[in-house]
Amino acid sequence: MSDKRAASAETTLRVCALYPSRMNIYADRGNLMVLQQRCARHGFGFQLTAVDDGDSIDPDAHDLYYIGGGQDNDQIQIADDMRKTKRDSLATAAESGKVILAVCGGYQLLGEYYELDDRRIDGLGIVDLRTVREPGPRLIGNVTIEVSVDGRTRTLAGFENHGGRTYLDGDCQPLGRVVSGFGNNGKDGFEGVRRKNVFGTYLHGPLLPKNVWFADHLLKLALNFADDLPPLDDRLEDLAHQSALRASQKSHGLKSRLAKRVGAS
Amino acid sequence: MKSVSPLKLGLARAVGRLSRSSGRGGGTSLPGKVLLRMQADAIAALAADLRDGAVVISATNGKTTTASLLSSILERGELHPVHNHAGANMAGGIATALLDASHDGRVDGDIGLFEVDEAWTQTIVDEIQPRVIVLANLFRDQLDRYGELETLADGWQRMIAGLPATTSVVLNADDPLLAGIAGGRANTVFFGIEDDRYAEPVPRHAADSKFCRRCGSALVYSAVQLGHLGKYACPNCDFARPQPSIAARSISMNGMRGSSIEIVTPTGSFRTEVPIPGLYNVYNAVAAAAAAHALEISPGAISAGLASAKAVFGRVETIEIKGHNVALLLIKNPTGANEVLRTITAGDGQFDLWLALNDNIADGRDVSWIWDADFEMLTDQVRFVTCSGTRAEEMALRLAYAGIERERIRVDRDIENSFDTSVGGSIRGGSPLYALPTYTALLELRGAISRRGDAPTYWEQAKK
Ligand SMILES: [Zn+2]
Repeated sequence: MSDKRAASAETTLRVCALYPSRMNIYADRGNLMVLQQRCARHGFGFQLTAVDDGDSIDPDAHDLYYIGGGQDNDQIQIADDMRKTKRDSLATAAESGKVILAVCGGYQLLGEYYELDDRRIDGLGIVDLRTVREPGPRLIGNVTIEVSVDGRTRTLAGFENHGGRTYLDGDCQPLGRVVSGFGNNGKDGFEGVRRKNVFGTYLHGPLLPKNVWFADHLLKLALNFADDLPPLDDRLEDLAHQSALRASQKSHGLKSRLAKRVGAS
Repeated sequence: MKSVSPLKLGLARAVGRLSRSSGRGGGTSLPGKVLLRMQADAIAALAADLRDGAVVISATNGKTTTASLLSSILERGELHPVHNHAGANMAGGIATALLDASHDGRVDGDIGLFEVDEAWTQTIVDEIQPRVIVLANLFRDQLDRYGELETLADGWQRMIAGLPATTSVVLNADDPLLAGIAGGRANTVFFGIEDDRYAEPVPRHAADSKFCRRCGSALVYSAVQLGHLGKYACPNCDFARPQPSIAARSISMNGMRGSSIEIVTPTGSFRTEVPIPGLYNVYNAVAAAAAAHALEISPGAISAGLASAKAVFGRVETIEIKGHNVALLLIKNPTGANEVLRTITAGDGQFDLWLALNDNIADGRDVSWIWDADFEMLTDQVRFVTCSGTRAEEMALRLAYAGIERERIRVDRDIENSFDTSVGGSIRGGSPLYALPTYTALLELRGAISRRGDAPTYWEQAKK
C-alpha cells in the first residue's frame, strides 16, 4: 500500500458488503451503520457497495470488506459462490493490506474449511485456520476479549453463538485473548484471527456499536491514516460498551461461582 | 388407560400453593414440573380425559394472543377449554394447566388449548396427540435459545410427517418458511391475508426467509404484510404461496382500538371486529378462526368470539396511572417490534416512549436483535424517550443511531424509577406515553404497578 496519509475533506471510505441480504443473521446491519455514521461524524464520505451471487469484485475499488454470518443453508451456497467468483479478488485485497472484517459465519468462511454436521465446506482459504465439530454444546453467551493494538491493551465486548470450534494454524495470530466467554474453541483461550488487516471474530452483538474504538481503528487502517482518528463525543457509546462488558462479567462471575460451589461439595 | 394418582396430584398442587403464597411467582409451571418428575407421562394421562381433544398452537410471534382469541371463540361455541393462559408454554406449564383443571381425578374441561414453545412442539404433540395443530409463523427470535429458523422449520416438517391423518394441520399460507412443510398432506388448512391495502412493496430489513426453501432462489413478493409474510412465488421452481381457504379481506384499521375485517371461510364469510390493534393481530385473529374452523365451530361463534376477546396481558394493554393512560406493548424480536412500531406511529402526533430492554433467559440473552428492528420509524414522532432495563444503554445507543437526538434520550436501568419519571414527564408535557418492554421487563413493571394497586397481577387476571 502507498504511504500513510492524513485525513482530509476528500476522504471517502469505500465499503464492500458481501451478501448483505443473507449474511446478516446477527444484526450485521449494526456494524455497517456504525461505519457509516462514524464516517459522517468524522467528516468523511461513505460509499457502500453490496455484492451478491455471481458478482465479481475489483480488489482496488474498496477499502473495507465486510462479511457477516448467515444461516447454515445460506452459508453453504454462499461458500460455493464466494470461492468461484470472489476468492481471488479477496485474496489480492488481503495481501495488499485492505481491511476485511468477517464476523461469525463470515469468519469461518475465511479459513480452509468448516465442518457442518457430516459435511466439510471449503472456505476461502485466505487465512490459515479451520473450523471443526467436536462433541459438546454450542458456545453461546456474552464474551469479552483483550486485544493488543498499537501497544495498548483494549477490550472488545459482544455475544458469541457458534457450534464450530476454530483452530488457527501456521503463523496466524488470534485477534485477542478471552477474558470471559468461550472464544475460538472454548479451550485455548484465544478469540478470532488477525492476519495483516484481515480480522475474523465470533463476536457479534453487534461488534462495532459496542466497541466504537475498534470501528475507528478499522477506519484508520482502511483509509491508511498515519494517526489515530480524533475523538468524538462518545458518552453514549462508552456507556453501551460498559453495558456489554458488565453483561459478560455477570455471566462469567456466575459461572465461576457455580464452579467453586461444585468444587466445594 | 393411563391415570395419575390423587396423591401425586395433591403433592404437585401443594407445591403450587406454596410457590404462590411465597409471592415468588405465579406458580404457572412449577407444580407441573413437580408432577412430571413423579410421573413422566402425566400430560398424556391427564389430556386423555379431554372429551374433545386438544389444540396446540405454536409460532414465534402471537401464540399467546392467538390462543386467547381461540379461547374466546371456544367459549362461544360452548366448549370449555383447559388453557395454559398464563403463557407458561413448555411441558411444566402445560402440565400445570391440566393439573389446575383436574378435580376428583377428572379433568374439568372439554378441550385442551395449549400454546407451545417452538422448541417444545414435538414433545408436547407426542404426549397430547392433538386434533388440531396451528403453526402460525417463524421469525428471527432469541437465536441463542432456539437455533436457526431453518432448523425449526425442518423439525416441524418431520413432526407433521409423523402425524396421524386425523390431525388437522393449520398453516400460515403467507409464511414461505411454513407453507411447504406439510407437502401435499390432506387435512391441511391454510390461512392468510388477502387484502393488500396495508401491505408494503418489499420486505423490511428484519425479514427472514426471503429465499425459496426448495431451490434457494430469492422469492419474488407481490405484497409484504409484515416480516417475510405476504404473497410470494419462486421465480425458479413451482413453489408459491398456497391459496388460503380461511382469509382476511377488506381490512380497516382503527388505530389503537383494533381493526374490522371480513373473514372468508369455506362455510361462509362474515365481518368481525378484532379488538386489538395492528396487522399482526389480524394474523392472530385469522389463525384462531382457522383453528376454530378445523374444529367445526360455526362462523357465528367465531365472529362473536373474536369480537368479545380481551387483549392478553401486556401484549397490548392500556393501563391507567394517575389518571393518565399508558399503552403497554410487548417487544421481543425484530419483526414483532417492527409491527409494534408501525402500530404506534400510524398516527401523526408526537409521543413519549419508555423502552425497557432486559437480557434475562426469557428475553433472550442476546440483545443483537435491536439492530435488526427499524427503530428509525420513531425518529419524527418521539418527544422524549427513556431507556431502561439491564441493557438500557445499548437500547439508547440504538435509538441515537436511528436518528433520535441524543438530548431526547434518557437512560435509567431501574424499571420502576424510570417508568415513574416517564409517566410524570408525559403528564407534564401533555404527551401520550407508550411503554415497550421486553418480556421480563414487562413482568417487573407489572409487579411494581400491582404492588401499588394500579392493576391486578398477571396470574390473577389470567385466571379471571
Ligand atoms: Zn424455488
